[in-house]
Amino acid sequence: MKNKFHILLTGLVIAALMVSACGQATTAAPTTAPTEPPPTAKPAESPTEVPAAPTEVPAPEEGEPYRIGAFFSTTGPVSSLGQPEWGTVIMLAEGINGDGGIMGPDGKLHKLDVRKYDDQSDATKAVEIAKKLVEEDKVPVIIGGSGSPASIAVIETVTNAGVPFISVASSSLIVTAADGTQNHWVFKTPQQNYPVALVQADWIKAHNITKVASLGVNNAFGADSMAALKRVAGENGLEIVWEGTFEPRDTDFSAQLTAILGTEAEALVVHATPGEGAPLTVQFRAMGFEIPLVHNHGIGNQAFISTAGADAEGVLFPIGKLLVADQLADSDPQKAALLQYQEEYIATFGSKPSTFGGHAWDAMMMVVDALKAVGPDSAAIRDYLETKLTNWVGISGIFNVSAADHTGIGKESLVLVEIKDGGWVYVDPADYANVP
Amino acid sequence: MKFSFGQLAVVGLVAVIAAAPAIVGNNYQVFILTLIGLYTMLTVGLSLVMGYAGQVSLGHATFYGVGAYATALLSARAGWPSWAALIVATALTGLMGFVIGVPIFRLRGHYLAMATLGLNVIFSLILKNEAGITGGPSGFTGIPPLAVGRFVFDSDVRMYYLVWTMVLGSLWLSLNIVNSRVGRALRAIHASEVAAETLGVDANAYKLRVFALAAGFAGLAGGLYAQAVHFISPSSFDILVSVELVTMTAIGGLASVWGSVFGAATVVFLGQFIRDKMALVLAGASGEQEIIVFGLLLVIIMVFLPEGLTAGGLKLIRRWRMADGR
Amino acid sequence: MNYEVFIPHNSSFINSTMSFTDQLAQYLISGITQGSIYALIALGFVTIYNVTGIINFSQGEFAVIGAFIAITAAQKVLLFQGQVTVGLEWPLPVAILAGVAGAVLVGVLLYRLGIQPARHASPLSQIVATIGASIALRGLVLLAWGTDPYRLPPFTAGKPLKLLGAVLTRQGVWVMGLAAVAVVGLYLFFQYTLIGKALRASSANPGAARLMGINTRRMGLIAFALSAGLGALGGIVIAPVTFMTYDRGLMLALKGFVAMIMGGLTNPFGAVVGGLTLGIVESLAAGLISSGYKDAFAFAVLFLVLLVRLGGLIKRGSGEALERAGL
Repeated sequence: MKNKFHILLTGLVIAALMVSACGQATTAAPTTAPTEPPPTAKPAESPTEVPAAPTEVPAPEEGEPYRIGAFFSTTGPVSSLGQPEWGTVIMLAEGINGDGGIMGPDGKLHKLDVRKYDDQSDATKAVEIAKKLVEEDKVPVIIGGSGSPASIAVIETVTNAGVPFISVASSSLIVTAADGTQNHWVFKTPQQNYPVALVQADWIKAHNITKVASLGVNNAFGADSMAALKRVAGENGLEIVWEGTFEPRDTDFSAQLTAILGTEAEALVVHATPGEGAPLTVQFRAMGFEIPLVHNHGIGNQAFISTAGADAEGVLFPIGKLLVADQLADSDPQKAALLQYQEEYIATFGSKPSTFGGHAWDAMMMVVDALKAVGPDSAAIRDYLETKLTNWVGISGIFNVSAADHTGIGKESLVLVEIKDGGWVYVDPADYANVP
Repeated sequence: MKFSFGQLAVVGLVAVIAAAPAIVGNNYQVFILTLIGLYTMLTVGLSLVMGYAGQVSLGHATFYGVGAYATALLSARAGWPSWAALIVATALTGLMGFVIGVPIFRLRGHYLAMATLGLNVIFSLILKNEAGITGGPSGFTGIPPLAVGRFVFDSDVRMYYLVWTMVLGSLWLSLNIVNSRVGRALRAIHASEVAAETLGVDANAYKLRVFALAAGFAGLAGGLYAQAVHFISPSSFDILVSVELVTMTAIGGLASVWGSVFGAATVVFLGQFIRDKMALVLAGASGEQEIIVFGLLLVIIMVFLPEGLTAGGLKLIRRWRMADGR
Repeated sequence: MNYEVFIPHNSSFINSTMSFTDQLAQYLISGITQGSIYALIALGFVTIYNVTGIINFSQGEFAVIGAFIAITAAQKVLLFQGQVTVGLEWPLPVAILAGVAGAVLVGVLLYRLGIQPARHASPLSQIVATIGASIALRGLVLLAWGTDPYRLPPFTAGKPLKLLGAVLTRQGVWVMGLAAVAVVGLYLFFQYTLIGKALRASSANPGAARLMGINTRRMGLIAFALSAGLGALGGIVIAPVTFMTYDRGLMLALKGFVAMIMGGLTNPFGAVVGGLTLGIVESLAAGLISSGYKDAFAFAVLFLVLLVRLGGLIKRGSGEALERAGL
């Protein structure tokens, strides 16, 4: 009796799934997607009102909303990256929709309909979500993938479906295929780890340091960053005297730090995100190290400073220009965009933006530009992304995307920053030898 | 010819499974159903181990991972044909289950639970640290799809049918075991090992065989997963996945073969439901709600409905009806 | 919040390589510090096991919850992804008390709602139920506090001490001291107080204890409350050194359990020795052998201990008598 019931129930469950699937496949309205309705923060404008778009009379008509697919890791080990990314995308979408939407190539205004999901830092769920976005939400373009494994996992799905995907994760494996060519449908906005290591090496050489220790988090980001450092060390005659790892979200590093104390390392290079980087810095100081501490671009947010407190003083790391936007020369082409993003983010969330959110900003605005130019056509969007993003001013840098380079930014987009008095201070390359 | 209700129900289920892709109509739903199939294969093995042999296994994802990585290494690195890689990986995983079972089954209760957990932790760390072999935390890409002769299983629908054929096979095999002498021996062991041994049942041998079989199922599921998604990474095989599998087994009923289908389906759909609907409640993130719901579910089932959601629910209904005097 | 800080020199950096013996001393000290929290968790395990025969997989969560409540009471904290601001900022001792009290409350609730109803279930069900409880608790902590690491200020400010060429933070002294006080206190409690003796009686022979008028159910409750408090203390005292995150609980529980087995399951002193040994082994192995496998060493130790204990015994019969004997 029990068994038959099980069988019946299972059949019913599957039947229910199929019925609901039929329902979703035919309706255009999002019944299952957890989207925000067009802005609730601003006073609701009914769709028939004239939007405040800067066009002349007669006011443009409104067309179908443009869909954008998005997935980030807002829970799980990568959530400290996923949450600012998610927040940035929502903020931008609400802002655009509040202005009435974007002007498509058909001369009509289109609001943005962002279908966004949380992949819980899990690659399998990322694949599920990608398939859902492609098959059910029928989006013409996807952004996201906070963690490198999630981004890598969906490459196959987006390629088979012919949908362009802009990743916000940093591993070079996302855009570069095994044979060295760039994955046709995949782009990414964060810098590679290699140029970050180059900036670190510049500073290291300025101090005539030849021996370093390398300590990184044992995940895709850390592994890729450590490999980049190794490569740069080989090219610059630096010796990595000690190399080790720690688990993601671990906060006790006494064993690794003790081992480093026994080596001849003249500097410690750390590859971590704020969750581990801050506790590590605190323990580093507590153990009485006298060598300098250099991080990578994983600690580009306020949480690092507030968690590590006074121990963060003197930490150096290469990062995009966002964190020192107000210290840039007025002639810097990025300054205006950086300051505006900072202002909007603080107004919306009450805290300073991080570079992670910046990567999401870049991905989102690239998609917006593409939609404005070619509308919701996957192949056309892909071509636009590959060919039209030249000297494109973004938050992470000034992008020059090409068929040979689906990332588009490199060492020139990075600056070295020192944490001083609880804030970030830009370090001019000429000053490397004097800092900290 | 008269068919029992049970037999008709099975035929009905098989028909539903066969027709599902056509009715569902999109690859995403087909993929979800394929995942349910894989989890079913994992869960049925676990229910044999936990329900019939009465052994706690909190590291079942280890075998899932071994099957996946073995298939990946054999087909993508060593260049073996994908069907050979799959078969050998499955056999290897089963063998590994047997070998590990020998020392492990000398343990009881909590020690067994800890030992299986420890196995999983060590396995995860090996996957992450030995990047030269496994690709490390960045994962292993480029796994070729299963190909038998000219026929390549490179679409969601084809993999769906392949996986579910295997699932039905594993269910049939498990049912045969349960209803055979072996099954009776297992139930005797579960009830009282001492009594069973006095009756001449070699408890250890039976437990080992069941464990090896479950490991084999898990290995097969892992290989199929690798060939369906073409990318594997360590986070898909860690202790959290093992606990998820235990949850599926518990929901379906610890000692129920058909329950494993139900348990797997419920967990997957419940997860989706939480993600889609309840995510609206708190700022768009759903991972926390999922964790809480599954944790609570596990406690409630273990405490009040140890035979699983359906059987336990049935019992409650029966008791309620009897109390009404009907 | 003023933390002591060392700022590196602005000039050329001095190469002060630590000698190997100094390094060993450092591994030892760090290992004992970390091992003390394993010891406190293990003590909680032992307490519950001694009285109720249950292994409580949620033991680690008490450390996390206790620490987070203390942190919330001591500082300005944003909960529920920034939607709720808590600005209690109580003095540290009060905050610590609040943390312990909060964890004890959770322990009591867990017992009444989860463990007591399950006491007639099979051991398998009980194990899985406590696992489920630990998952649910972890989810709740995640919901409230998010994924960031949080910290308490060290109990006493001041520069770290130098001991045998190694660095010992002042908080490290607190950690070790607390573990020592806890084990001695627990021993005295079980040996000389009425409740302690009642607890021991309930574990040795529940039937006889009940005949003597001891409410065994309440004993279980007290055991849970006690071990929740111990766990919370462990989490709180270690938070200034190694921070606290929402998912620390599982690994703490696993390692505490290993420590308990090392110490012989029922012996509190053994649990503490086990915890300290485990911490030292982990520290040495992670530093000298491989940092990537740090978490694996605890399980390697577990397998070793189980192997040693199983060696030479005939495997027959159901587990209970053997379990009590430490297998």
